[in-house]
Amino acid sequence: MRDLRLAIRAGGGFGLGLAFFLIVVVLVPFGVGPEREVLARIAPGILWVAALLAALLSLDRLFALDWEDGSLPLLATAPLPLEGVALAKAGAHWVTTGLPLTLAAPALGVLLNLPGPAFGPLTLSLALGTPALSAIGAFGAALTVGLRRGGLLLSLLVLPLYVPVLIFGAEAARRAAEGLPYATPVLMLAGLALGSLALMPFAAAVALRVNLR
Amino acid sequence: MLDVRGLAVARGGVPVLEGVSFRLSAGAALVLRGPNGIGKTTLLRTIAGLQPALAGEVEAEAETLAYASHRDGIKATLTVAENLAFWAEVYGRTVPDDVWEAFDLHDLRDRMGGTLSAGQTRRLGLARLGVIGRRVLLLDEPTVSLDAASVRRFAGWLAERHLGAGGVAVIATHIDLGLDAPELDLTPYRADPHTATGGSDEAFL
Repeated sequence: MRDLRLAIRAGGGFGLGLAFFLIVVVLVPFGVGPEREVLARIAPGILWVAALLAALLSLDRLFALDWEDGSLPLLATAPLPLEGVALAKAGAHWVTTGLPLTLAAPALGVLLNLPGPAFGPLTLSLALGTPALSAIGAFGAALTVGLRRGGLLLSLLVLPLYVPVLIFGAEAARRAAEGLPYATPVLMLAGLALGSLALMPFAAAVALRVNLR
Repeated sequence: MLDVRGLAVARGGVPVLEGVSFRLSAGAALVLRGPNGIGKTTLLRTIAGLQPALAGEVEAEAETLAYASHRDGIKATLTVAENLAFWAEVYGRTVPDDVWEAFDLHDLRDRMGGTLSAGQTRRLGLARLGVIGRRVLLLDEPTVSLDAASVRRFAGWLAERHLGAGGVAVIATHIDLGLDAPELDLTPYRADPHTATGGSDEAFL
């Protein structure tokens, strides 16, 4: 709850990720030209890559603020387990970034001439995939928390881990756009999301403890 | 309540203190003395469990330790009341009414954390200790940037509300708090920095 309130008050991440998403998606037609067939074919991939980069944008602030003002050692000695802290942080990141992205994606799909049957599956795949992005990102943020200019390193660490989520997420939307069955990639995506939500808080907590020493 | 036996601590892999032992029973305080860099902060962090000890043991009842560092953990974008409420919530408690009085925060309740002066931020950071209800306090330079009146107020709170109620405190400070507490000069415990630390501290993870 506090992290939500903080994220909204601090202003930063909340609107910024969404605005970034919007701008990237709006820029694509300028880059590849306005042919509707081309746009329709690349739309699922563009939307997914843009959402992923937007989620990455606000990650480095996840633990950095708590590190700077000294809250982190205080949280580490509190009765709340660090794993819980990491999960709460990932949850707050999802609510302020992943959820708005998911809700905005269908509207931006129109701009990219996303085929009609793909709208539902695209939203579904983002709804399933963005929690995984937040959970994996929390681990990356925990690893790089004490570092100066850790944001760049964070991107390098986290982006490879995002690859499976991107593959299955974009695949689900692409199959739906072509009228193929898309249950398999959606199920794989759900598995990835559950797996990372279950494991990443523990990895993040260990990384935080090492960084706190 | 707090029993430290033969503790050796390291900072950045270099041993700084060894053989530190003391025992505190309910209502007792201990003031740590020593020049800058002797390892007061490192010792407190080790007792708090934030970093592994090289040797020795720390024995305390589970979930009784609280650590207060140089930095207060105050969020700039939350109000004073919200900051305290957050820490109370983390510890599963509510903010007791006497905290406002004890740390002179009445007039600041609705101010944003970021607009407080250094001394006011410090008072709020110390008020956190009054909220979380931990019995063993590890205080690292608690009086930095406090004015004389606030130091007296804090020492009064510590003596009456905390130690008086059976709590324990280990305080690293350079000034005289006016507490009736024994002092421990850490200079004799200085470790030879060339002793190899060796081994891995994976067990800590």
